[in-house]
Amino acid sequence: MAEQPHLTVVGAGPAGLAGALAAAERGVRVTLVDAAGRPGGQFFRQPDPALGADRKQTPHHEWRVWKRLRDGLDRHRATGRITHLTDHHVWCAERDPGSTEITVYALAGATQEEGVTVRSDAVLLATGGYERVLPFPGWTLPGVVTAGGAQAMLKGSLVLPGRKIVVAGTGPLLLPVAAGLASAGAQVAALVESASPRALLRRAPVLAAQPGKLAEGAGYAARLLRHGVRVLPRHTVVEAHGTGRLTAVTVASLDRRGRVRPGGAHRIACDTLAVGHGMLPHTDLADTLGCTLSGTDVRVDSEQRTDVPGVWAAGEATGIGGAALALAEGHIAGRSIAARLHGNAPDPCQWAAAARARKRLRTFSAALDSVYAPPPGWTDRVADDTVVCRCEEVTAGDVRTAAGSLGGSDLRTLKLLTRAGMGWCQGRMCAPAVAGLSGCAFTPGRRPFARPVPLGVLATPPGQRLD
Amino acid sequence: MNPLEPARARPGKAFTITFDGRPLGARSGQTVAAALWTAGVTAWRSTRGTGRPRGVFCGIGVCFDCLVTVNDRPNQRACLVPVRPGDVIRTQEGTGREHG
Repeated sequence: MAEQPHLTVVGAGPAGLAGALAAAERGVRVTLVDAAGRPGGQFFRQPDPALGADRKQTPHHEWRVWKRLRDGLDRHRATGRITHLTDHHVWCAERDPGSTEITVYALAGATQEEGVTVRSDAVLLATGGYERVLPFPGWTLPGVVTAGGAQAMLKGSLVLPGRKIVVAGTGPLLLPVAAGLASAGAQVAALVESASPRALLRRAPVLAAQPGKLAEGAGYAARLLRHGVRVLPRHTVVEAHGTGRLTAVTVASLDRRGRVRPGGAHRIACDTLAVGHGMLPHTDLADTLGCTLSGTDVRVDSEQRTDVPGVWAAGEATGIGGAALALAEGHIAGRSIAARLHGNAPDPCQWAAAARARKRLRTFSAALDSVYAPPPGWTDRVADDTVVCRCEEVTAGDVRTAAGSLGGSDLRTLKLLTRAGMGWCQGRMCAPAVAGLSGCAFTPGRRPFARPVPLGVLATPPGQRLD
Repeated sequence: MNPLEPARARPGKAFTITFDGRPLGARSGQTVAAALWTAGVTAWRSTRGTGRPRGVFCGIGVCFDCLVTVNDRPNQRACLVPVRPGDVIRTQEGTGREHG
């Protein structure tokens, strides 16, 4: 009997889990590689078991979906069909030019210095996304955190970043973050959203096609009302104040063009600002494998295949759209992979429901994107002495000079001229801001490795090998 | 109300860690960052260039702003590293290599 085909899934969030389960149920041996200690990704992040939470569902959503995924994973792990490698940080993936094999390289162990290599017949990239935060004066002060970061720390460790919190920026994530922080006992002083309710109304027909999503939004709005959270639409934080840490923010109202209205600013005392301006996909591994990107997203076909043979992608990596879309895409990818690895052409009729959900949810998230775009006037509010690249402490003035008198006209040149994007995070935090301030096109950075790798790991032959 | 209550969490007994020599209580299941947040500490790094204070920013291991020295190992991401009894946490100055 022929050996079972082997799939590596990178990422154990909604897309990765759905893909791993769909493939495993169809006779594929799966290695699920994830950086976290427990499955679920950011969306299904759980309190650490050592915290003894009886009601783990409290800071969470879609508990029943989670239970189904978790039970499926447990079942397949018990039979050995799925191997789940936790605390494994993938730093590179490569396709063997001489065969059809794909190799995934990870760092394991408490100190992330132990190299682990996984070789398989196909790979599903379910690498998720991360939050975009555009700079403003004071955004590097301790006490300023990303909205998603505040939520992750609350979900995983059951801690609050402070007592009096302003949630600000733009995007659908701000609602659950504000509601979650308020329900956990924080005083949420304001929810500051730069988008206008009128823009939402203009997209009403598309949004109304997703009644479940609208009900979810209404549920968060009701919780905010119950906790007395003040909502300030078409407002933005123009400055965070404090010396050693945050003590207040200045909030201003915006006109239709995204400019601050004269006289429309006021100060709100707070010890925490949770801020975010939408999300960006993680595309490093796809990029190193040679997959074509479409804008910031990994380009996939109707089966979730990238244009590199043996490489599939699903979830936020192929375009930010939320957990429900990630589940649908992962499910389709897993079925496609199973059929292809068994040498069959898949029958799309078998995933028709998931394909319909995918189409609906992509249309929905495109409509949300158009509503929740950062206000066009944001660059004007970034003073020259504001740090833009947090790692290398490059200011907006440095970026403007490099793009102006020094003639830098693309992100790579600006990086070489200013060091913006050359630090630890490799430009993940600053690239959208550098692009916005300089007028350069925003292109995802080409990074040789998806995370810092100890020289010792690069210098030694592959460690523990899992074939 | 604290965030443990709505989740009906019953964490294990608190243990002691030190932050810059000061004893702090911490619990299993927390990251270093969560333990410091619980103790009201929000800054534990000063930047290499201008010596500005920093703490957690992204909270999920992407931004590297929360780097800290744990048991004499510099450059650990406080948002990812689980806290252990007796951990010696120190504010990381610059690259963290000068004193170590």
